[in-house]
Amino acid sequence: MSTYLDHNASTPLDERVLDQMMPYLRAHHGNPSSVYRQGRIARQAIDAARQQVAQLVNAHPSQVVFTSGGTEANNLALKGAVVAPRCVAVSAVEHASVLASAQQLAIEACQLVRIEVDKDGLITEETMSRALASAPERVSIMLANNETGVIQDIARWAEMVASSGALFHTDAVQAAGKMGVDFAALGVQMLSLSSHKLYGPKGVGALVLDKRMELAAQMVGGGQEAGYRCGTENVAAIVGFGKAAELAGLELQSRCSHMLALKQMLLQALSKVESVVVFADQAECLPNTVFLAVPGIDGETLLMEMDRSGVAVSSGSACDSQKRGASQTLLAMGIDETLARCAVRVSFGKDNTEQDIDVFMSAMVRQIKALQENSMLVWA
Amino acid sequence: MEIAKKMKLPIYLDYSATTPADSRVAEKMAACMTIDGDFGNPASRSHVFGWKSDELVNEARKHVAALINADPKEIVWTSGATESDNLAIKGAAHFYQRKGKHIITCKTEHKAVLDTCRQLEREGFDVTYLDPEENGLIELAKLKSVMRKDTVLVSIMHVNNEIGVIQDIAAIGKLCRSRGVIFHVDAAQSAGKVEIDLANLDVDLMSFSAHKIYGPKGIGALYVQRKPRVRIEAQMHGGGHERGMRSGTLAVHQIVGMGEAFRIAKEEMAEENAHILVLRNRLWEGLKGMEEVYLNGDIEHHVAGNLNVSFNFVEGESLIMALKDIAVSSGSACTSASLEPSYVLRAIGRNDELAHSSIRFSIGRFTTEEEIDYTIQLVKNKVAKLRDLSPLWEMYQDGIDLNSVQWAAH
Amino acid sequence: MAYSEKLMDHYENPRNVGSLDKKDASVGTGMVGAPACGDVMKLQIKVGDDGVIEDARFKTYGCGSAIASSSLLTEWVKGKTLEEASEIKNSQIADELALPPVKVHCSVLAEDAIKAAIDDFKSKQSAESAA
Repeated sequence: MSTYLDHNASTPLDERVLDQMMPYLRAHHGNPSSVYRQGRIARQAIDAARQQVAQLVNAHPSQVVFTSGGTEANNLALKGAVVAPRCVAVSAVEHASVLASAQQLAIEACQLVRIEVDKDGLITEETMSRALASAPERVSIMLANNETGVIQDIARWAEMVASSGALFHTDAVQAAGKMGVDFAALGVQMLSLSSHKLYGPKGVGALVLDKRMELAAQMVGGGQEAGYRCGTENVAAIVGFGKAAELAGLELQSRCSHMLALKQMLLQALSKVESVVVFADQAECLPNTVFLAVPGIDGETLLMEMDRSGVAVSSGSACDSQKRGASQTLLAMGIDETLARCAVRVSFGKDNTEQDIDVFMSAMVRQIKALQENSMLVWA
Repeated sequence: MEIAKKMKLPIYLDYSATTPADSRVAEKMAACMTIDGDFGNPASRSHVFGWKSDELVNEARKHVAALINADPKEIVWTSGATESDNLAIKGAAHFYQRKGKHIITCKTEHKAVLDTCRQLEREGFDVTYLDPEENGLIELAKLKSVMRKDTVLVSIMHVNNEIGVIQDIAAIGKLCRSRGVIFHVDAAQSAGKVEIDLANLDVDLMSFSAHKIYGPKGIGALYVQRKPRVRIEAQMHGGGHERGMRSGTLAVHQIVGMGEAFRIAKEEMAEENAHILVLRNRLWEGLKGMEEVYLNGDIEHHVAGNLNVSFNFVEGESLIMALKDIAVSSGSACTSASLEPSYVLRAIGRNDELAHSSIRFSIGRFTTEEEIDYTIQLVKNKVAKLRDLSPLWEMYQDGIDLNSVQWAAH
Repeated sequence: MAYSEKLMDHYENPRNVGSLDKKDASVGTGMVGAPACGDVMKLQIKVGDDGVIEDARFKTYGCGSAIASSSLLTEWVKGKTLEEASEIKNSQIADELALPPVKVHCSVLAEDAIKAAIDDFKSKQSAESAA
C-alpha cells in the first residue's frame, strides 16, 4: 500500500466525479456543435459545468473559457494578445508554463520583466513598483505557489497593476480548491484553473476572463468557446471538471481544516527532527503544502528512498522534474543552491489520514539515518 | 412504421461528427482515474504513481503508432485534431519561415486548417487555396502548377469530413518530397477507416483525433516524422512535455482511451469497413431512385461510412428538423450553427440550392441494417412532404428553369 | 437550438399549404427570398369585394422557422382587411413563435411576403380599373 503525498502534482479523481463523467463517454456522446438531441445534451452538460466552475471562483459562466488544462490556460493568458505586447512582467516563482510563455514572447522582441520575491517567497511593494516602472502591458503573478504553497496578495497587486493600465493574470491552478478564490474580488482580468489539481480529470482546465478585454485565440478553427478556444469540447472531462469544482466549493471548509490539521501535525513532528528546514514558513501558505529540506541529503535521493518505502513525494514541480535542477522558486527566494537541491515537497489531499503522516515520518527518519550513515562512511 | 418499435430512436448517423466511446475504451479509461487506479502525473519522476502512468502513456503511444505504421517516438499528444492542425501548420510555418512563406492548402479543408492558414496570412504568410475538382479530389498537376520556390508547406486532408472523398496522399507526398516541401495531412477522418502506412508515405506531419474512432473527446495526436527529421515550433509552452513540442500535463485517461481505440481499430478495421460499406451501399440504393437526388463526392475514392446527398428543392435545415428520428447533419458540425451553405459543397461547384439541400449520413460501428431501412423510408416520406411545401419544387414541376428567375435577394 | 412548441406545431402541421390561381384578379401573389440565401417564400391572398382577405395560401422553401413563420402569417391575415394585414410586423411573428435571434430574418421574410402579395393584388386592381 502506497502513501500518496504529491497532490500538487496531481490528484486522484473523486468517485462522484467519475460517476458524472461516464455517461458522457458512452450514452451522451454527441458533438456539442451538432443541433440534434445528442448534440444538445452535450451542449447543456457543458453549460452546467460552466456554471459550476464559475461558481467556485465567483465569476459569471460566460467568463469561463474551457481549455485542455492549466498549461493551455496560462499560454492563452500570456500570449493571447491581439497586438504583440512590448513588455510583460511575470513573477520569479511562476509555473513553467507561464515562464515559458513569457520567454516565448521575449523571443519575439518583447521585453520580459521579472518580479522578484523576498526570502519568504512574497512579492513586495518595492519589487512590484520596480517591475511596473518598465510599463508592462501584461502582468502575471500566481495566486498560490506550486512548490512552497505561498499565497500572494493578488488583490493588493491588482490595484497597482490596474492603475498602471496593464492587464493582470493570475495562475490559480494550485489555489482553487485549497483556499477561497474570488475572481471578482481579486480584481484580475484573467485567472487560470486546472481540473486535475482538484480531484477532477486531467486534460481540462479553464481561463476565466473579463470579457471586456480583447483576447486573441491561440487555437483556431470551428469557433467553439465563443471563438476564444477552438476544437471539439472535451465533454466528459468538462462535466467532470464541473462536478469537481462543485464539490470543491461545497467541501472547501472541511477539506481545508482537515488538511491544515495534518499539516500542523507534520510540522510538529518535523520540529523534533534535527536540522530539518521548512521553507517559507513565515508566509501565508496553502493548508496542504510543506516544502522542506534536510541539509546534506540530496532531495532526489531522499525521495527515491521514500518511494521504496511506499511514500510518494516530490522534489518540486512535476513539470520541471524532467530537468533535475534545483527549485527555481527556492533560488528566487535567495536560498543557497546546495540547500535548494535538498528540497522535498509534501502535498496533502483531502483523503490523507494521520496515519499517512506517521508512515511518512517514520520512513523519513529511517532514511535520513541510513543516508547520513552512508555519507559518513564515504567521508570517513 | 412497424420497425420503429424495436429500434432505439433517434438513430445515430453522424459518426463523422463524433462517435460514442467503445465500452472497452471507457473501461480502460475509468481504470486510470481514481485512487485505486493509475491516476499519477506521468511527469512525476519520483514515485511509482508517476512511473505507472508514464508506462500507460507509452503503451498507448505504441498502439497509436502501430495503427499508422509509425515509430512511437513520432507521436506527440495533443488535445485533439484542432490542436494538432494548429500545431503542425503554425509550428512548421514558423520554424521554416526563413526558407519561404508560401503555403498551399485546399478550399475543402476543415476549419481548423483554414482558420490557421488565415491567421498565418495575417502574420505575413502567403496562402494558396486550391480548388478541388467537381468530385472533390485534387488534381496533382494543379497542385504542381501553384508550387513556388518559396513554398514551405502543403496541407491537404486525407478524408474529407463532409463528402468523404479520399485524397491521393501518396502521390501528393511524393510531389512535395521531390520539391523539399513539408507535407501535413489532417487524418482525423481517415485513421481507423483507411489504411495508413506512414513508413511508406512521404508525409511529414499528420493530425489525429480519438473521438472520431470510438475514443474519447479532448485527445488527439500529431505525427512528427523523424527520418527525415521534421522540425516544428511549439505552440504551447511550459514544462517541456512531449520533447518540448507540446507542454501540459498529459491527460493519462484520455491517452489510454485513445490508445485502446487505435488498438481496436487496427484489429477490427477490415471487418468493420466491410460491414459499413454494405450498409452505405444499401442506403444509397434506397435513396438514389428518388427524383432530383445528387450524390456529393467521388464514389470510387470514398470512405466507407460517408454518404452525402443533396435533395434538390428541399432546404437542408428543415429536412434535418423533419428527420428528428435520425441524427444527421447538413455539413460539418463545426459550422452547423451558422446559416451559410456548406463551403465544401460550394468549393466542388455545387450551386446554392444543392449546397443548401445536402444531408451528410455517416455510418459507424453500431449502425444496423434495420436502422438503414428505417432511414430510407423516413427520408423518402419527409422529402416528399417538404417538396409539397416547396415553391421551388412547384416551379420545377411546372417546367420553369429556376436559373432564369430573377430572385429578389435579401 | 431548442424551438418553441408553437413553432414546432406550425412546422409539423403547417396551415394553408398550397397555391391559388395567380392569374385570378382577386388573388395577390408575393414571392420573396432566393434559393441562394436558403429560403424562398410564396404567399398568396384571395381578396373579397369588401377588401377583406378571404383566403391565404403559402409554399416555403427554407428552414423550419421560415415554414412556421409563413404558416402562422396565413392564419393571421385571413379575415383581415388589406390595411390591417399590411400592419403586421415581423416582431409580432418572432415573438409569437419565440424565434431564436439567428432566425429573426425568417419573420422579416414573412412580412416582406405579405407586403409583396398586397402590392401585387393592388397593382392588378389598378391595371383592371385602368382597362
